[in-house]
Amino acid sequence: MALNIEYHKYDVVILGAGGAGLNAAQVASQKVKTAVISEVYPTRSHTISAQGGIGAALGNLEEDHWIWHMFDTIKGGDYLGDQDAIEILCRQAPERIIELEHLGLPFSRTPDGKIAQRPFGGHTAEFGKRPVKRACYAADRTGHAMLQTLFEKAIEQGTHFYSEFYALELLVNDGVVNGLLCYDIQNGGLHLFHAKAIIFATGGMSRIYRTNSNAHINTGDGLALALRAGFSWSDAEFTQFHPTGIYGAGNLITEAVRGEGGYLLNANGERFMERYAPTIKDLAPRDIVSRCIMKEILEGRGCGPKKDHVMLKVDHIGASAILEKLPGIHELSLVFAGVDCTKEPIPIEPTGHYQNGGIPTNCYAQVVLGSVEKGDTPVPGFFAAGEIASASVHGANRLGTNSLLDLVVFGRIAGEDAAKWAQNNNILPLKDKAGEYGLNLFQKFANASGENTFGMIYSDLINTMQNYVGVFRTEETLKKALSKLEELENKMENFRVVDKSNVYNLELIEALELNNMILVSKATTIAALNRKESRGAHSRDDFPKRDDKNFLKHTEVFLEPDLKTIRIDYRSVRLKPLTVDPFPPKERVY
Amino acid sequence: MSNYVTFEIFRYDPEKDKEPYFKSYKVELRKPGMLILEGLNQVKWEQDTTLTYRRSCREGVCGSDGLNINGANMLSCVVKIEDLNSDHLTIQPLPGLPVMRDLVVDIDDFFEKFITVKPYLIRRSPTPDKEFYQSPEDRKKLDGLYECIMCACCSSACPSYWADKDYLGPNAFLRAYRYLVDSRDEGSAERLPILNDKHGVWRCHTIYNCVEACPKELNPTKAIVGIRRMLMDREV
Repeated sequence: MALNIEYHKYDVVILGAGGAGLNAAQVASQKVKTAVISEVYPTRSHTISAQGGIGAALGNLEEDHWIWHMFDTIKGGDYLGDQDAIEILCRQAPERIIELEHLGLPFSRTPDGKIAQRPFGGHTAEFGKRPVKRACYAADRTGHAMLQTLFEKAIEQGTHFYSEFYALELLVNDGVVNGLLCYDIQNGGLHLFHAKAIIFATGGMSRIYRTNSNAHINTGDGLALALRAGFSWSDAEFTQFHPTGIYGAGNLITEAVRGEGGYLLNANGERFMERYAPTIKDLAPRDIVSRCIMKEILEGRGCGPKKDHVMLKVDHIGASAILEKLPGIHELSLVFAGVDCTKEPIPIEPTGHYQNGGIPTNCYAQVVLGSVEKGDTPVPGFFAAGEIASASVHGANRLGTNSLLDLVVFGRIAGEDAAKWAQNNNILPLKDKAGEYGLNLFQKFANASGENTFGMIYSDLINTMQNYVGVFRTEETLKKALSKLEELENKMENFRVVDKSNVYNLELIEALELNNMILVSKATTIAALNRKESRGAHSRDDFPKRDDKNFLKHTEVFLEPDLKTIRIDYRSVRLKPLTVDPFPPKERVY
Repeated sequence: MSNYVTFEIFRYDPEKDKEPYFKSYKVELRKPGMLILEGLNQVKWEQDTTLTYRRSCREGVCGSDGLNINGANMLSCVVKIEDLNSDHLTIQPLPGLPVMRDLVVDIDDFFEKFITVKPYLIRRSPTPDKEFYQSPEDRKKLDGLYECIMCACCSSACPSYWADKDYLGPNAFLRAYRYLVDSRDEGSAERLPILNDKHGVWRCHTIYNCVEACPKELNPTKAIVGIRRMLMDREV
């Protein structure tokens, strides 16, 4: 394989072209020379799949306030969120939505021509009293509309795109992040991007589960790059399982179905959420609804011959409302469940959906060192936004519609601040032999001639994670997972990549992704084993209560210099907002 | 009870093949409603690791996996094998675009053409503090236009697109029209001259292949006709 490395120099380099990456790009490109590097063409990033809405207290249909949104977000995250970042998220939300609308995003409209809004899980009026219409939407294609609008804006601003490029190593010189080594998937060349500032916007990792809502590309590459470069992964144990994945397929059925009046039924035809969350019922946050569904199934009230799923009923809102407000859901139900949801209920089960944690940042999207001693010390020139980042606005469980909001709020801050950083700082020279690790990693897999191929290991991996690190976990299941993962890690040492082509070598990319998925799976399992409490999306049967005395803190997972051993550290939760009184932890009931 | 279908797949690696060839694989139908993409993954993960194709969201919204299957363009991730009513699937890259490797085509030119039509909101008047007013009726005009997923199934099904290298193609026109009819946009004067060209909307011969090929059931021909009407109204 060719080993010439092409050199590129930029002010700002953004890895990832989803909503966060593109919003950062369109902002940074207005000021400095900016490149976006992405494994897929930007319009194919996973933001495209986001359906139901983007939260903001616009109050277009009923009274709403950002402070209510802030409270809901903190409570939804089971008090693990950083309250300064959550204040920024909710305060800036209305302005960011208006900005998106001005860029051309085709929001659905109210009868008086304003942006339409609907209820969503965990979003309430007056601090938990009743559901509130806060989710701004474009039918059930909000992410699609947003991603394309931001892509088009970035084009207008002259962003340089490197599409179908895969990152091999994040380069660091003396604690300063200053480059990326990448592989050109189409032509097989290696490229070194030297930059003053780097923004990570690489998205999530939920492909590690057998049942998941994610795209093929969501393999945790950004996490693996950051871990290997010495940075931490905050709150790695909190994977969000979305309650309504299509049974047997995992594809998402948006919470907007319940926002528009849909509800869940067990095998007895009982609307069981009324029993668990009497105030907001089916619009309880995702972690709670997922657990309730699993409980119904485990207690024998699941549907179908295997009693292993429940039903989501929506036909009662009427075919015309479904086709106008939820057309994408109608389509997905037909293809993946063989069900016409204007007539019949949709069979659903919880599905691996979202990483609540991520690379730790402060409330200005700057990556921080994340440990007991160094805590919130920022890393010069390194920013992160979107699912890869942990500001942390989501804490232990993200509310629906807050991820799209996270992308635009922190994507914008990252873009602005990275551009400012680039204007005020010189480029730091590359370290001697920069990129050597990434090059070795690349060669290891490009030349791999052992026995194991992707298919066999991947299938073991996703089954292990599904069976042992799912909605409910215990010390026993997590230990089982860990020993299996170590076995798979060893198998990667005897890997085989048959394809030796330099042109679009998908087998090689899948090998590199699998290698990352195993690392990420190991990290999330160890973090889950370590957190001996139940909080938000992390539910330990053997420690069913939240334990604020010992665990009101962020887990920080690090990779030791041997690049194999996982070490756990902690960082304090920033419980003090910027301008308002803190919301102290309380029991979480709905 | 399982049964099998044959996937006859177009293969080409420019580094070792003088010319493309077809290779047959037996694909096991493991569940009712199995999708074509699941069949491709089965081949790649269990039989021939070198098979190369694009895929990402696997639910028909990212537009990565447009392919030509038994003669028609479609997305492999949302079409069931059984829906083709055949035990033999001939799977080829999208026609009319340069083949890079196996089922992967070069789409840079396709994206360039999209960019040519200025696919973004153009405003001259000052923007309000709040959102632009847009009536539900005006918003409805964008339905059937904004849902495009950039899969290239339409343009690559169009004989004019095959014949004229500079023809912008149905995808670009659909997006141009999406902005031209947006009540918030003021870019018609900039955008229409780009479309009013021999490589623009007049090159469309209303063959309707694009309409038939669109996996999202959109209608680029209607957009083209709409643009032509705008051009004629403007010239009168």
